Amino acid sequence: MQTLRYILMRLAKAAVILFAIVILNFCLIHAAPGDPAAVMAGEAGASDELFLQQLREKFGLDQPFHVQLWKYVSGLLQLDMGYSYRQDAPVWDLIMDRLPATLLLTGAAFLLSILLGVVAGVMAAVRVGKWADTAITVAALLLYATPLFWVALMAILLFSVQLGWFPSYGMESIGSELTGLSYWLDVAHHLVLPATTLGLFFTAIYTRMTRASFLETAAEDFVKTARAKGLSEGKIARRHILRNAILPVVTLAGLQAGQIVGGAVLTETVFAWPGIGRLMFDALLQRDYNVLLGVFLISSAMVLLFNLITDLIYLLVDPRIELNT
Amino acid sequence: MNGFMKQFLRNKGAVAGLILLSIVVIVAVIAPFIYPQSPWTMVQRPFQPPMELDGFWFGTDVLGRDIGAGLAHGARVSLIVGLVSTLVALLIGLPIGALAGYFGGIWDDILMRFTEFFQTIPSFALAIVIVAILQPSLSGIVLAISIVSWPPVARLVRGEFLSLRSREYVQAAILSGLSPMNIIFRQILPNAISPIIVLASLMVASAILLESALSFLGLGDPNVMSWGYMIGAGRTVLRQAWWICVFPGLAILFTVLALNLIGEGLNDALNPRLARKGR
Repeated sequence: MQTLRYILMRLAKAAVILFAIVILNFCLIHAAPGDPAAVMAGEAGASDELFLQQLREKFGLDQPFHVQLWKYVSGLLQLDMGYSYRQDAPVWDLIMDRLPATLLLTGAAFLLSILLGVVAGVMAAVRVGKWADTAITVAALLLYATPLFWVALMAILLFSVQLGWFPSYGMESIGSELTGLSYWLDVAHHLVLPATTLGLFFTAIYTRMTRASFLETAAEDFVKTARAKGLSEGKIARRHILRNAILPVVTLAGLQAGQIVGGAVLTETVFAWPGIGRLMFDALLQRDYNVLLGVFLISSAMVLLFNLITDLIYLLVDPRIELNT
Repeated sequence: MNGFMKQFLRNKGAVAGLILLSIVVIVAVIAPFIYPQSPWTMVQRPFQPPMELDGFWFGTDVLGRDIGAGLAHGARVSLIVGLVSTLVALLIGLPIGALAGYFGGIWDDILMRFTEFFQTIPSFALAIVIVAILQPSLSGIVLAISIVSWPPVARLVRGEFLSLRSREYVQAAILSGLSPMNIIFRQILPNAISPIIVLASLMVASAILLESALSFLGLGDPNVMSWGYMIGAGRTVLRQAWWICVFPGLAILFTVLALNLIGEGLNDALNPRLARKGR
């Protein structure tokens, strides 16, 4: 019962934030340069003042701010995010077409970075001060300082151009018309470089966090007790330290979700991955503000979803969590 | 202060970071003297590999511009954008965190919800949208970076203020009738300054990364040569001319690494209690 209330509270909070994001998005659309009516008229090939006036009336651009906001919000509730005149398609359709690719990429990068980060962090922490610890710490420090898009380019240079192991662009082999398992293997083959380069930066963060958290927990009294009653070191590390040390990492991972979604713009641009990040980059080049802000809205919603999921994971990992927030 | 220097210099990583950063700063300062010409001028044939021509150690790019000149002039942009946007982010985050932590209650609730809201939005996407709306310019980039990077400042300052507020010396100041502004800026802030300095040094590093990513996407100021732009411009010819992308990337890596190392060194020296936890 209490769990259900907690989940409902979280959902309500997410809904409030989503509404605030919608309002922010609306304000940003208004701040975007260029009169939408002029843009539409330009696309239609006409630009006399009377026609502009008619367009403004037709699309409600002459209405007061709050009326326009209401129209925007009610439009969104019907999944109407405006129209892309450059690509001649509704923004919602453009985004939904690309969203699965981004979810696959960010999801894979997220899982990879958490797994790799926790494993490397624990490996460093149990060998604290030894060469393995130094190597992992230095590697994390370097990755943390390297621009994501540059790592992606260097990965292409090494694994694609020099070694020829992985394809450097796209999500599937062109014209191969694969189906079933072989199609998914082909996608997985294309996914390796983008997901790894996107995940590595976050791996560095989680590695440092896990290492610090592990060392901190290892100094606590209950660990000494476990050692005193004769448990093996491996068992202490796994069952006593890691379970407690992983909590701050989960918290951080939830907070970082937004950054992974943002990083997808860079990764998708470099690897020509057909997701919403790539869509955002194209919209940027064409100054297609409807699409740009549509992607911004959807990626914010994605972050809210990621946060919600981490909250639920938290509930599973730590039964002591206060349910009253 | 002497003890602080000793602590800081004992950290090998911090010293290495300081040396690296000094090199970048020196290059940025002397850039107009070693490369008096604009980094945009075409000075040689395009696609010259590094070390092949005298005076062109880093080769030339797709249009025959000297990559060395780009690197030196780009250092100025990176450092300036990193510093200024961190300062602006501090100007936004400090008051918000201080008010929330000092007054507490409803103020704290409102301001922290506001901060959380900004932390939820994917910061890089927001930065892209802001620069796209403001049109690419140095000030637009600085503004975008500061708007997405102030929330950690506000949270940190709020935490510090919350814990310092209950100290006896602050209680004494309140009882003696000092104004809240006086207490916030003259009594509490000086005692909360060291974690803020540490955070600021790390923020300069992430601001430089953010600037390079924005310029890489073509959102940089079209009149200013920057490392991110160089990588973005060279990325289509990566297969033929690796050096166009590799050198600016290394420059970003070294600068950001240096700042991170310095930040950690500052942290260890300023908060010795925390340092022992082994971050």
